[in-house]
Order: sequence, then C-alpha cells, then structure tokens
Amino acid sequence: MAWTREEVAARAAKELKDGFYVNLGIGIPTLVANYIPEGVDVTLQSENGLLGIGPFPYEGEADPDLINAGKQTITILPSSSFFSSADSFAMIRGGHIDLTILGAMEVAANGDIANWTIPGKMVKGMGGAMDLVAGVKKVIVVMDHANKHGESKVLERCSLPLTGAGVVDLIITDLCVMACDKANGGGLTLIELAPDVTLDEVKAKTAAPFTVAPALAEAA
Amino acid sequence: MTNKIYEGPKAALDGLLFDGMTIMSGGFGLSGNPESLIPEIRDSGVKNLTVISNNAGADGFGLWMLLQSRQIKKMIASYVGENKLFEQQYLAGELELELNPQGTLAERIRAGGAGIPAFYTKTGVGTVVAEGKPVEEFEGQLYVRETWLRADVAIVKAWKADTAGNLVYRKTARNFNPNMATAGKVTVAEVEEIVPVGSLDPEAIHTPGIYVDRVIKSTINEKRIEKLTERKREAA
Repeated sequence: MAWTREEVAARAAKELKDGFYVNLGIGIPTLVANYIPEGVDVTLQSENGLLGIGPFPYEGEADPDLINAGKQTITILPSSSFFSSADSFAMIRGGHIDLTILGAMEVAANGDIANWTIPGKMVKGMGGAMDLVAGVKKVIVVMDHANKHGESKVLERCSLPLTGAGVVDLIITDLCVMACDKANGGGLTLIELAPDVTLDEVKAKTAAPFTVAPALAEAA
Repeated sequence: MTNKIYEGPKAALDGLLFDGMTIMSGGFGLSGNPESLIPEIRDSGVKNLTVISNNAGADGFGLWMLLQSRQIKKMIASYVGENKLFEQQYLAGELELELNPQGTLAERIRAGGAGIPAFYTKTGVGTVVAEGKPVEEFEGQLYVRETWLRADVAIVKAWKADTAGNLVYRKTARNFNPNMATAGKVTVAEVEEIVPVGSLDPEAIHTPGIYVDRVIKSTINEKRIEKLTERKREAA
C-alpha cells in the first residue's frame, strides 16, 4: 500500500536530527511537525521572522501579530526569537538552517525542482521557496509520485520553470524514497519502498532513470 | 528636536505623494500592515504607483484597496496569491508584476537602506529570476547579481514609537517593516502607541529614530487574521 499524506510526513520526520534548525513548507511539510521522533529536539523557523514555532494557540487566544509563513496563528516557545525579514533570510541564505522540507510539482534526476508557477495558469509567486532551496544545507521534497493526470512528477528534466537547479537531496513520495546525488550533478537512487509497493511499480511510474540501492535490489 | 509626531494619516502624508512615485509598504500577509496610511493614499488619488511589498493585500484589505482603485501600475512582491483582483488585473495586462524571491526582496531593500547598490546571491541561479542578470563564480559556486531597492516613501507599521521616532515592533508583525524603514527617502510610521522619549529601553529599539521622519498613532487597527488556527484545551 502506498503511503498516505500522514505517512509521508512521518517518513520525512525520520530525517530530523537532534539539534536541527528546520524550515517546513506549506501542505504535507507542515504535517512533519506532528511526527518529530521522541528524544529529537528541533527548532522550527518561520521565514516571516520567528525561530522556535510553538503549537497552535488555544481557542480564543490567537494573536493576529503572531503567525507562521502560511499565515496561520501560532504560539511561541520559551526559546523563541523574533527578527526582521532580512535577518530571517540571512539565516536561510547564509546556510544556517540545517534542513528544509518542501512540496513540489516536479523534481528531476539532476536535482532540479519546480514548485512555484505554471505559466499562463497560476500567478502566485515563489515566496521564500527559491531562497530555501538555494541556501538550506539539506533539501527534502515530499509529494505525490504522480500528478492528478497520473503522470510521473519525478522526471529526467523539469518542464516547468525551476525554483532551483541541482538542489534536491531526497525525494519522499507516496510510493518510495529516492536520494539525489546533487554534489555530483545528480542521479537518483531508490533507497526505500512504501509497504507492498514493488520495484516494478516504481519503475513503471517514474519518468526518470534511477539505480536501486543494493539492499533493496537484493530484496527484490 | 524636530517634531516627528503628526496629527493623523492625512497630515503625515501631506506633500509626500506624487504620480509615478515608488512606495514601500511593510507587512507579511495582513500582519504588520500600515492599515491607516494605505486608505489615505487611496483617498489622495495619486496614480501610476510602483509598490514594493511582500504581498498585495487580500480581498478587501491592505494594498488590495489601491489595486481596486487602479492606482498601482507596477507591483514588486514575492507572493501575490490569495488575491483574485490582482490575478484578474495581471492576466488582463493592466498591471506590471516583478516577482522576487522573498529573501532577495528583503535583501534588496536592506541594501537600498544601507547604500549598497548591488550584491550577489545563490538564490535564483539557473531560474527565470537570473535571466538577464550577471552571474559570477565565487569559490566554485555561481551567484547572481541583484540590485538595491529604494522608495520615495516607505510606510511601516510598528507597535510603539517614542517622540524621537525610535520604533519597537510586536512579534511577527515586524517582518519587512524595519528593513523598509531604512530604504525610504521619507519614512512614515504608524504605531499603536506613542510614548515619551526615555520610555523605551535603548537596548531594545528595533528601528533607531534616524530612519523615521514622521509618526502617527494608527487610526485603523483591524489586524485581520487570514487563517485562524486553534487547538482545543485538554480537559483538566
């Protein structure tokens, strides 16, 4: 069975390490915060100017001056700090954030990611996504393996305008986990399958070449 | 000392507005918006504005007002979703749009305030953002050159000001406001409370008064919440 959104988020949460500073994107990435492993202490950054995101406020206690980058009302923690947008992106662009988890419309074998626009259809803007993929030490993409037309979102090359070139480290979809060797120009390796998903199924549903990690190849 | 305290939005913008000018407006979404000054710009009827702001308001609120009145010619922003009017005007070719990565936008504004005409960043390399801009290699990595942003007038929202124009912001309503306060030829701040000099801790001033020319007490403080998210209190 393929992973649900919640299971994809839980799988992504396994990539969190104690002491990490982390920026989570909107959508499935936000859910990752619900699955932080026991004993792992991470600090969540919100690019509108907060380090140390707390839980949602109790009913009746929401403060309009305290929101996350998705514009949801939130709270702070005893360790939190506030800062300006320029300071926030100095953290992101200066390589001080350890990990970012983002959604995507397309990811390519060379580590390219497209997640901000569909020309002629969607006028929204990239927000902080280009800064995050360019500046954060490790970039993880969580997404459905296929789009709503059933076409692979993992491609040899992206067709949509890029958010970043050669930036993705790990792809977690409803079917599998793939590593991208971005330091060496790309190349995907299948490292994990969702329960009951077969190697053949992933091969059939992936429009990019990939190698299979030895442990998986043996099992298959 | 020059008096920086003005009577209200109209007095604070008097003599500053002209057709074709560039205005920076603080805020992230609807948080930390200069809610009293924006309607005054609308009422002034000034036209062909270039507006620099992270977003373009939301339906009925913030900079949306200046879109509705068709006073904006060009918008420089990082994210203009959640705004149907913007999309309509843009797709109809009635509005120019320059999308910047949010960090590039913030740093361009910071650079403008600090007198730095250009800088290099990794953000946007290999994307449409870098098209037509110089790209240079530093220590084996490619970086794109981005230029400063400055404005004829910056309008910002703070929590408190003293009569010297020192500003303190509140929580995440700070966002772009302190950066924009440095990058306006004239900076007008609206605040929730004006206090005498000596009441704010000098160690905790976010925007030193040198950057702030005019201060008013906010006349509109709606602070609309875009996405109210709450949790239930566990039973004791």
